[in-house]
Amino acid sequence: MSQTVFNHESDLTAELAPRSSASQDLIEAPLIVIEPARRFSSAWIREVWTYRELLFFLAWRDVKVRYKQTALGMIWVVMQPLLMTLIFTVVLGMLARVPTRGQPYALVVYIGLLPWTFFSSAVTQSVASIVGNSNLITKVYFPRVIIPAASVLARLVDLGVALVVLVGLLLYYRVVPTWQILLLPPLVVLIAVLALGFGMLGAAVNVRYRDLGVVLPVIIQLWMFLSPVLYPASLVRDTWPRAYTAYALNPIAGIVNGFRAAILGQPVEWFSLVWSIVFTPLIVGASLYIFRRVERSFADVI
Amino acid sequence: MRTMITAKEVAKQYRVGGSNLSYRTLRDSIADAASAPFRRRAAAKREPVSIWALEDVSFTALEGEIIGIIGRNGAGKSTLLKILSRITEPTRGRVELYGRVASLLEVGTGFHSELTGRENVFLNGAILGMTRGEIARKFDEIVAFSGVETFIDTPVKRYSSGMYLRLAFAVAAHLEPDILIVDEVLAVGDASFQKKCLNKMSSVSQQGRTVLFVSHDMTAVTRLCPRAILLDRGHVLRDGPAHEIVSAYLTSDLGTTAARSWIGEAHAPGDKVSRLRAVRVRNEDGLVTDTIDIRRPVRLEIEFEVIEPGHALAPNFHVFNEQGVNLFISNDLDPEWRSRPRPAGVYTSTAWIPDNFLAEGTVIVGAAVSTLDPVVVHFFEREAVAFQVVDSSDGDSARGDYAGPYPGVIRPALKWTTQYVPAENAKEPEAMRA
Repeated sequence: MSQTVFNHESDLTAELAPRSSASQDLIEAPLIVIEPARRFSSAWIREVWTYRELLFFLAWRDVKVRYKQTALGMIWVVMQPLLMTLIFTVVLGMLARVPTRGQPYALVVYIGLLPWTFFSSAVTQSVASIVGNSNLITKVYFPRVIIPAASVLARLVDLGVALVVLVGLLLYYRVVPTWQILLLPPLVVLIAVLALGFGMLGAAVNVRYRDLGVVLPVIIQLWMFLSPVLYPASLVRDTWPRAYTAYALNPIAGIVNGFRAAILGQPVEWFSLVWSIVFTPLIVGASLYIFRRVERSFADVI
Repeated sequence: MRTMITAKEVAKQYRVGGSNLSYRTLRDSIADAASAPFRRRAAAKREPVSIWALEDVSFTALEGEIIGIIGRNGAGKSTLLKILSRITEPTRGRVELYGRVASLLEVGTGFHSELTGRENVFLNGAILGMTRGEIARKFDEIVAFSGVETFIDTPVKRYSSGMYLRLAFAVAAHLEPDILIVDEVLAVGDASFQKKCLNKMSSVSQQGRTVLFVSHDMTAVTRLCPRAILLDRGHVLRDGPAHEIVSAYLTSDLGTTAARSWIGEAHAPGDKVSRLRAVRVRNEDGLVTDTIDIRRPVRLEIEFEVIEPGHALAPNFHVFNEQGVNLFISNDLDPEWRSRPRPAGVYTSTAWIPDNFLAEGTVIVGAAVSTLDPVVVHFFEREAVAFQVVDSSDGDSARGDYAGPYPGVIRPALKWTTQYVPAENAKEPEAMRA
């Protein structure tokens, strides 16, 4: 077939069209074909790419709107993790004396809360995102995956601010990072992708079964205690060495361990981290597949 | 001329009733699964009902065409637009779009009240498929078109609803897609702004864009669209020049139904306060008829149910001619029920349209029940019933002995008086007569 490229200003090209429709006597292939049972395709990936600006706009809207009409505005982004750290330090660090192998508990819990707060809020927000944006879903088309992805992206801004606060804490505790700090950026990418995986899956389920929105806070709470957030993973390994393998199957465990290792220069616990690296693409692939399957009914069900 | 849209045997099935009426909870699914072994007996009760909102709709649209899509409520117009704009998928069939599509099923999609006008222009533009560079380039033009320059950096929650709509439409009007899909959005805003938008839309197609336009406003359809497609119960009933299709629609029995009843229907128009039961057109003898002699009065009757007691309700009729011009609106002024909270029950209210008042042709009646203060519209059935007004031209109607074309949206038989001055006296100087 002829590979005629569109000659108008559109930034989409004929490549978006499936090449199999050449059987008809047409000069050009259609730009868009609407049929039941669209499948995952390179055309879809291209389309998501053309809508990348919308991803940033929606994330920017999330960030912007959240702190409008709050007296302290962006200061809350800084205060939230610090207040949490203070509370846990008093209760768990000073009263319950969670063993931290000589590290200051405040620093241990702050670094644990960094990835966890990001992950839990990103998942919670993206699960609610499709239902929350039903006005967009029923009125305009764009690749639906943009919506949960924007929710995750918006939370990365908070994580960024929390990392700046971390620099202050490290100075205060006179901790000098080692070369391992270079592990931090890939770990951030890993946890963002993992959050997107769970977020997309949850968002797709939540459109049909709103029960998820109700039970999610409970799941998140439980999940936090099953992850090395408020205590170092070494505590589990020292207390119940045989249970540690099962414990480390929680994909968050490896990443939180990784954050502490990267920032504090401790030895990396590879078993849990490698598992997280293996698990993340699996969950993203599976949830993308499910999301793509059910997204066509979003406008009808929502 | 290039083909821009081809739709082939497009069909869309919705499941209504059963447990698919709205979203499901997990409990419903578990209950379904648990009852599966007993499904055979329960099937008749639980089986979701399917309706075909569209069945085998096929058409093609060429470059630069503006096509009006008309039809009664429930004919499938909105479903067709939703499929073409890719919001929902067809159950069967295939659509090919040869260009970039933008759809305006509402203005201001994604507007956020906390954000400023400027921020919303960028956000809304991105949602409608514009790139940031494109929006930035057109930004000044958009703001000028909307006329809200002074407030562009004010959060839109401080805007009046008029300003909000003008800004939202200004963004939409500056889209440059190859195919533009518009649903009834022109029904908003003040008249002069509407006209500006209509002009903008017609210039859109002069640049070679294809426009699909759904509307109940037959004047707008005939003015804007050279071609129209009439949908009825999910089928393309007619496709051709707009003026022909519009008049065929309005004079067919799609257009005139002297009585419609929703009694016992699950989807009757209404809310928790009041629901529509029936609307009827009767002649002065009380017979339901869709043909009214221009010299006789007409009785418009609305039967509605009050479910939640305690609201002061006003039934009202909205009367349109076949061009979609609103001839008048009439509110119930019955002193017995005016401003008085109504107990639950079934009410039938009748409005009398005087004789020698309506013009010849099709008259379309919309029926509504509203609370007036504060305004709550409990339902508004835009095309509830319709009837024909006929003038037998016997010489005693408003047209007198004239039998030719007789324009005018109403045709009152006015009282005429004459003062006669005999010819000889008329020759007197002006001053003398005073």
